[in-house]
Amino acid sequence: MSKYNLDYLDELEAEAIHILREVAGQFEKPALLFSGGKDSITLVRLAEKAFRPGKFPFPLVHIDTGHNFEETINYRDKMVERLGEKLIVGHVQESIDQGKVVEQTGKNASRNSLQTVTLLDTIAKHGFDACIGGARRDEEKARAKERIFSVRDEFGQWDPKRQRPELWNIYNGKIHKGENVRVFPISNWTELDVWNYIKRENIDLPSIYFAHRRDVITRNGQLMAASPFLNMDADDIVENKMVRFRTVGDMSCTAAVESEADQIEDIIREISASKISERGARLDDKVSEAAMEDRKKGGYF
Amino acid sequence: MNLLKFFTAGSVDDGKSTLIGRLLYDTGSILADQLEALQQSNRKNDDGTIDLAILTDGLRAEREQGITIDVAYKYFQTEKRKFIIADTPGHIQYTRNMVTGASTAKLAIILIDARNGVVEQTIRHSYLVSLLGIEHVVVAINKMDMVDYSETVFNAITDKYTLLAAELDLKEVTFIPVSALKGDNIVHESQNMVWYDGRSLLHFLETVDVDDKLSYNLARMPVQWVVRPQTDELHDYRGYAGRVLSGSFKVNDKVTVLPSGNSSVIDRIEIFDLRPEEVHAGQSVTLHLKDNIDISRGDVLVNADHLPQNAKLIEADVCWMDSRPLDESITYLLQHNSKVTKAKISEIIYKVDINTLEKQNATDFKLNDIGRILIKTADELAFDLYTENKANGAAILIDSRTNLTVAALMFRAVADY
Repeated sequence: MSKYNLDYLDELEAEAIHILREVAGQFEKPALLFSGGKDSITLVRLAEKAFRPGKFPFPLVHIDTGHNFEETINYRDKMVERLGEKLIVGHVQESIDQGKVVEQTGKNASRNSLQTVTLLDTIAKHGFDACIGGARRDEEKARAKERIFSVRDEFGQWDPKRQRPELWNIYNGKIHKGENVRVFPISNWTELDVWNYIKRENIDLPSIYFAHRRDVITRNGQLMAASPFLNMDADDIVENKMVRFRTVGDMSCTAAVESEADQIEDIIREISASKISERGARLDDKVSEAAMEDRKKGGYF
Repeated sequence: MNLLKFFTAGSVDDGKSTLIGRLLYDTGSILADQLEALQQSNRKNDDGTIDLAILTDGLRAEREQGITIDVAYKYFQTEKRKFIIADTPGHIQYTRNMVTGASTAKLAIILIDARNGVVEQTIRHSYLVSLLGIEHVVVAINKMDMVDYSETVFNAITDKYTLLAAELDLKEVTFIPVSALKGDNIVHESQNMVWYDGRSLLHFLETVDVDDKLSYNLARMPVQWVVRPQTDELHDYRGYAGRVLSGSFKVNDKVTVLPSGNSSVIDRIEIFDLRPEEVHAGQSVTLHLKDNIDISRGDVLVNADHLPQNAKLIEADVCWMDSRPLDESITYLLQHNSKVTKAKISEIIYKVDINTLEKQNATDFKLNDIGRILIKTADELAFDLYTENKANGAAILIDSRTNLTVAALMFRAVADY
């Protein structure tokens, strides 16, 4: 009897497409959370593979902190135009103006944690029952324990002790009114898998992922992009360096790494040899050992 | 390069987390910032070295209690293969979590503490491996450093386990003597056990044959979604999207749609912009049929000459996963791939004492209980027996009062009464 096996990227892709189609089949009002980062860009590509030549059965939703890299927003708008799909934007600035959240002050102020309120409001406003996200289990130890279909209560909270068993490839998306499910189709991908997939599929990315010259300051051992959103003082020395970003979040919480990698092959080589994890460049995870677990319990992505 | 998903069965006391930590550490899969976080942690081994076990404890409660509660997934790769580890808890009160982690694994590592040999827990874990039909079993006999790397101890344990494996009908069992703490035979071959001429655990994981066998007879694809663009130029486009569960489909194959029983022929196959002539288990595809027949989500396309079972009264092995016990008076939802139907449990046939493997009569069925039930569904189910085709032989039960997944089901027989 002859045998065969799927290449690992084909297997990961097929699993993700299966999950996206389950979302389409099981939910009334799903949405795809799009951050402009490489993981959500990968999700968009997978959605094309799952549903084309039909339309996506969900809009793209961007939670805009207002502290974005300009390159990301340009990329987003061009991509939406190419896809011909619907984009919904939830603005953190609106949540601030409505007095629902208060802008942080001080040197390390960031809008990262404020996003949760805007996200939950956007979900409630549009009545989304499932939100597809690009989180991966290799990113962080709390994420390593999260289900692919992760049920959130009406306050958006994740309860790690009440997770449903997730068996075989059968996904239980049944929820009560007011609850919603966060769905993570690329849970089983690693950072390197995403990059290898982007290379194989020839996917266009925002330019900040590739090495470029930028004004940066060093803070807590991390390189931060100098921008009006960063509270700088006399101690901060602005230097111009060749850098790139490994993850893309709010400008005030995403650190750059020094790099000469301006081609995707160079990036893959760099990551393969890297001794620092991707979220090592995220200040938001450094607060405590359980930083991500606590934010997820609060309704974060 | 292909992917191997495996799970580990054992408890912290057997050195399970240390074994996983060792695999990750010795393959260079732990990065500097993670290592730094480890070094800052208060938990150390008695000799001051890093406690590799904390690498796998993801939740605050787990770190506090020093146990694994939920399944954690870990990823690493070597030049030969990519691996996904489902790190599952070993205690009996977390049996459901082990079943969860094991359900998608192709290989199980069962840990035995060399000082204790085959114990109650070993029987329980091996029973679950047998129940879930895991193809490959590695018995890692750990803490060999604590028994002076004794060949006699190793042989005594393998002899005893071989009897258990025969009783449980485990087919491929490989024994490896290891010390996760010291690193013997995990990644590197041990210098302390020259009497052992087998491979290290990693070497075995890299080379074990886990390819799928091609089998056209078992062609099964549940329809997840019907792609209908309804634009002017694609007015008649009607694609059935789903993941091939098992077997293969070729263009011009005759297929039957269940439960309706209508048949047609595959006109073309699409994977986005590709038009493959044939597709296999595991691939997410879109099929087009020559005839316009009524097909919707939950239907399944199968090889017309090799139909699955089609029944409403089924005997199934069950693992109960909810704190509310099984209730024969209520109607559950049964989800079999993309198909959901109402279901009632008509009879508890027996319950298994998973420490002794004894079958017992039972009137109640609680969290972590395992046994056999007779289940009655509202709609006919197109399924295969779990032993013949795992991918189409399993289902979950959902309690519609709570929406929780309350049971894992493995179909064993069509009831003939």
